[in-house]
Amino acid sequence: MSAVAKVDAIPRLETRGRVTQAHVIRSEWTKLVTLRSTRWSLIVAVVLGIGLPLLFAAVTSSHWGGMSPHERADRHPLDIAQAGVFISQLAIGILGVLVITGEYSTGMIRASLTAVPKRLPVLWAKLGVYAVVSFLLMLPAVVIAFFASQAILARHDILQISFSQGGVSRAVVGGALYLMLLGMFAMAIGTIVRNTAGGIAAFAAIFFVIPPLLNILPSSWHDAIAKYLPDAAGRAIFSLTHDANSLAPGAGLALFAGYCALAIAVAAILLVRRDA
Amino acid sequence: MIEAEGLTKDYGDKRAVDGLTFTVQPGIVTGFLGPNGSGKSTTMRLILGLDAPTSGDVRVNGKHYRDHAAPLHEVGALLEARSVHTGRSAYNHLLALAQTHGLGRSRVEEMIDLVGLHDVAKKRAGQFSLGMGQRLGIASALLGDPDTVMLDEPVNGLDPEGIHWIRTLLRDLAAQGRTVFVSSHLMSEMALTADHLIVVGRGKLIADTSVTDFVEQASGKIVVVRSPQAEDLRSAIAGPDIKVVSLSPGLLEIHGLTAQQVGETAAKHGFVLHELTPQQVSLEQAFMDMTRDDVEFRTGDLKVVEAA
Repeated sequence: MSAVAKVDAIPRLETRGRVTQAHVIRSEWTKLVTLRSTRWSLIVAVVLGIGLPLLFAAVTSSHWGGMSPHERADRHPLDIAQAGVFISQLAIGILGVLVITGEYSTGMIRASLTAVPKRLPVLWAKLGVYAVVSFLLMLPAVVIAFFASQAILARHDILQISFSQGGVSRAVVGGALYLMLLGMFAMAIGTIVRNTAGGIAAFAAIFFVIPPLLNILPSSWHDAIAKYLPDAAGRAIFSLTHDANSLAPGAGLALFAGYCALAIAVAAILLVRRDA
Repeated sequence: MIEAEGLTKDYGDKRAVDGLTFTVQPGIVTGFLGPNGSGKSTTMRLILGLDAPTSGDVRVNGKHYRDHAAPLHEVGALLEARSVHTGRSAYNHLLALAQTHGLGRSRVEEMIDLVGLHDVAKKRAGQFSLGMGQRLGIASALLGDPDTVMLDEPVNGLDPEGIHWIRTLLRDLAAQGRTVFVSSHLMSEMALTADHLIVVGRGKLIADTSVTDFVEQASGKIVVVRSPQAEDLRSAIAGPDIKVVSLSPGLLEIHGLTAQQVGETAAKHGFVLHELTPQQVSLEQAFMDMTRDDVEFRTGDLKVVEAA
């Protein structure tokens, strides 16, 4: 056929590249920031993570005069400052699942794993990029939430706590650390389940459904088990106080990171072994 | 170059690919032909390492696909199933793929221009028509300037202009010395673009032949003869594998002999012939005959390869 004359039309590549972990990280960064779902989830995580503590601070301030001493004693400034972590975890967790299951539902995973057939670099890059992005966004969010809620409460001269007071800065930063690890945990679940609905359901079951269900158990059992579950271990990272039914921050962090590592290890093995 | 050896894949108790052994050579277009569901797409997934073979082995340019340091430079693939995130623009999709190999934006722009997606490159891929999706898939396949190009049903969803463009592209790629492996369920499409054919049916290899041979073999065995001594000729050529149909008085259609054989028999007996015409069987018909009953395919003259 006469096509030989047009061979020049297909541009040749001057220099050849190769797959490196750094290149894959760059690629995963591009993938993360070029989707609307990412932008919306992260905006929700940051805006509500800051907004909710401000709302609680304002409501507490305006109702303070009418509260009983018992009610007042029940309010803790750090609970108000960290209210946002509980709402942010939903957005961070769901996005963590979506980052990987979105590739399975659209078929993108075939392109990803064809470009990087060794597969694991894709998982490491996804985890690393998402961990850094979520931590760098949530760290300012929890710090702003702390100082802004304190500023609102300060106008009524109530519930003041110093950032330099023992454990406070650790608890505030711990909120961002918890969210980062939670995002990685959720991504590992998504990699294992490979389905958006199933991944979100599994994530919600582990963090929101199973813990309250354990209340059905005899309290001695419940107390023995509950503090070792992922949600309680994670909460220990950003709680100021600890009692017999909760872990110390360091132990909580170690256990929660251990759960993450376990989930990631299972995800990595399945990613390599299963047909894409 | 793609080399498959005894390639087999089971999904549960269904055998999708059954002992395929073939080699796809560089510099020509090799058609991968088979009815829908005959294992073509699975074979391509096995070549790319997306699925692991149950048994057997397949190598690309001498290595397992997974072991290449820069896989996109070795094989560029367009899979039949869409492999694009619907929420991402064509440009960003290609950029993310390019970045895995350290390639930059200029390469992405070259590919977008090559496939003619310039005006829609910033649109989300989910809004693309089937044809635009195919063009994006081809841009992804050629991104790494690969030595081997593997396209699964590339003309699906393309308009006539797009189909013509693909045919030219495949020829150009082969002319550049690349290995070009392209699947289709349409024989007529392959006849126009391919030099060599690998035909599969129900996961098994049916034929591994050049297109020229395929055409010759398929169409050379039917001859129409017009003769005043038609009935005498009919008795003279009778044999176990030969079928003769009387089209009208003095006109025979003979199956199982070439024009040369019929002419020589007639000369030997001194029969007068008024016409001796080899019939062209449609390629589509030949392909359908061939794949209808893949294992018990009966013609001995085609180079039939039966999988172990």
